[in-house]
Amino acid sequence: MASTLAQKIIARAAGRGSVRPGEVVTARVDLAMIHDSGGPRRVEPILKELGVGLFDASKVVLISDHFVPGDTDEGARILELTRQWARERKVAFHDGEGICHVVLPERGHLKPGMLVVGGDSHSPTGGAFGAYMFGIGATEMAGVLATGEIWLKVPGTILIEWQGRLSPGVLAKDIMLALCGRLGMDGGQYQSVEYTGEAIAALSMQERMTLSNMAAELGGQAGLIAPDETTAAYLEGVGGSAGDWRGLMTDPGAELVAHHVLDASALEPQVAAPHSPANAMPVTQAPETRFDVAYIGACTGAKYEDLKGAAAILRGRKLAPGVSLKVAPASMRDQQRAADEGIMAVFEQAGAQILPNACGICAGYGMDRLGEDVTCISSTARNFQGRMGAASSKVWLASPLTVAASAITGGIADPREFLSDREGVA
Amino acid sequence: MSGRIFLLGDDIDTDQLAPGQYMKGGLDMLAAHCLESARPDFAGSVKPGDVIVAGKNFGMGSSREQAAEALKHLGLAGVVARSFAGIFYRNALNLGLPVLVADDLNGVEDGDAASLDPVAGELKLTTKNHTVRLEPLPDNLKPMLADGGLVPHLKKRFAAERAKEAGA
Repeated sequence: MASTLAQKIIARAAGRGSVRPGEVVTARVDLAMIHDSGGPRRVEPILKELGVGLFDASKVVLISDHFVPGDTDEGARILELTRQWARERKVAFHDGEGICHVVLPERGHLKPGMLVVGGDSHSPTGGAFGAYMFGIGATEMAGVLATGEIWLKVPGTILIEWQGRLSPGVLAKDIMLALCGRLGMDGGQYQSVEYTGEAIAALSMQERMTLSNMAAELGGQAGLIAPDETTAAYLEGVGGSAGDWRGLMTDPGAELVAHHVLDASALEPQVAAPHSPANAMPVTQAPETRFDVAYIGACTGAKYEDLKGAAAILRGRKLAPGVSLKVAPASMRDQQRAADEGIMAVFEQAGAQILPNACGICAGYGMDRLGEDVTCISSTARNFQGRMGAASSKVWLASPLTVAASAITGGIADPREFLSDREGVA
Repeated sequence: MSGRIFLLGDDIDTDQLAPGQYMKGGLDMLAAHCLESARPDFAGSVKPGDVIVAGKNFGMGSSREQAAEALKHLGLAGVVARSFAGIFYRNALNLGLPVLVADDLNGVEDGDAASLDPVAGELKLTTKNHTVRLEPLPDNLKPMLADGGLVPHLKKRFAAERAKEAGA
């Protein structure tokens, strides 16, 4: 029987030969990722109440990112509790090394075909590696940590095929904003969103991660991309292994919920107006806007390649008067690589403020927040009202290239106008 | 239990339900700021037994279960919506907060007196002689909600497993 990639992974994890969309199954979890906000402080009291330990400490990864750098008393206390729990429970722990969705694969924890739960809504990011990874809340996570199991309603698959190639200056982020605009914030129907086609095959792993990450904004449960040689090469490069990935794909003829076919070559850079990613439009049609803050941050938009692309636009240029640029590299490892290659120096020379490798303004949990009436253009995934600061602040979403170009002009700018004589920009 | 209806629109997100800047604090503080950007009068005026009725995709966004926990803490009888975001839906039921889908919300107005019966699948508008039909909860989740949420449900399961082991 022809199966989707999601069905294959779930069937294996549920110990079944095959599964049908709509069935409720119980699956064994191959890996559980938790962070400092929904992690120890929330799950430990439940484990105590249940009187049980972890189902398997070797299958649990803890990453601190939401309250890093601990710039409030409560945040610092939560981080300390997180560290203590990691020692007591003897789980893999990445402390202040970056945002969980970026750190998890870069430290080799993910493998194609895994069934993974994450205590964060952007957990679909793991789908870029051909893992069925999805976000859950803390009580449900405590249940997983206690039993090693989770129930799923086997999802249908919404296949999104991008034919052709993206033009220079157009990134995965632009694909996702366009999809949010086209399909809406619930277009994913809590099903498995799967990306395929020539344009997707041509993308690097970090770009694919952006696609999978924002399956959350489409309301999908997961955001899958079938593993290929690019996936295997990345995983080997980080000391992991792709394992036996070759059958992990949606079979021709598998039953789908929907199949969207889109032309990547026609896609322009996008922006999304406040206060929803679904308010997407091409930069060429955006209204006149003046920005106070340009933010390059988050798991969605501040990975190494995002930093590299933004720096190529900023190199030798000045910020518009009145615009402050803030850069929060998504991981310590990505920032180190960017520093080694002179990329961080470009941001510094432009006068950017460099923030910690953490969720930062995107989560809005710490001291870095947008003030009253501030207008910001941001490489993050969500621009809900009040998320990144005051309810009166306004956030426009864009790719890191568009954020960099807009920091130079002070308004919404088309990054393609800054690419002509430069190399190294995707 | 009966209460009044708070009528909200589509796409109510978790940043409105549980604002990020209060996530480090206790539940009392978080609940006091619940929905303040969409409905500033909500946290101050909601009473036990009240019901939120909303449009599609209620609870979209973050996995933070405090979005559902704050509503439960404020004594809400439940949320009725045209649809729910997947993670929020699971979180709410895991915490024992009834969340029910209704296709037809015609006739429901803000401030209506109402009583919610999740098991019968009914939202009664008590002063209007009108009952909104709710989709039944999925079969696999009924026992958990009947137990009051995932933690009591797991406690029961573990107790049964221990009793079985002790008896074997």
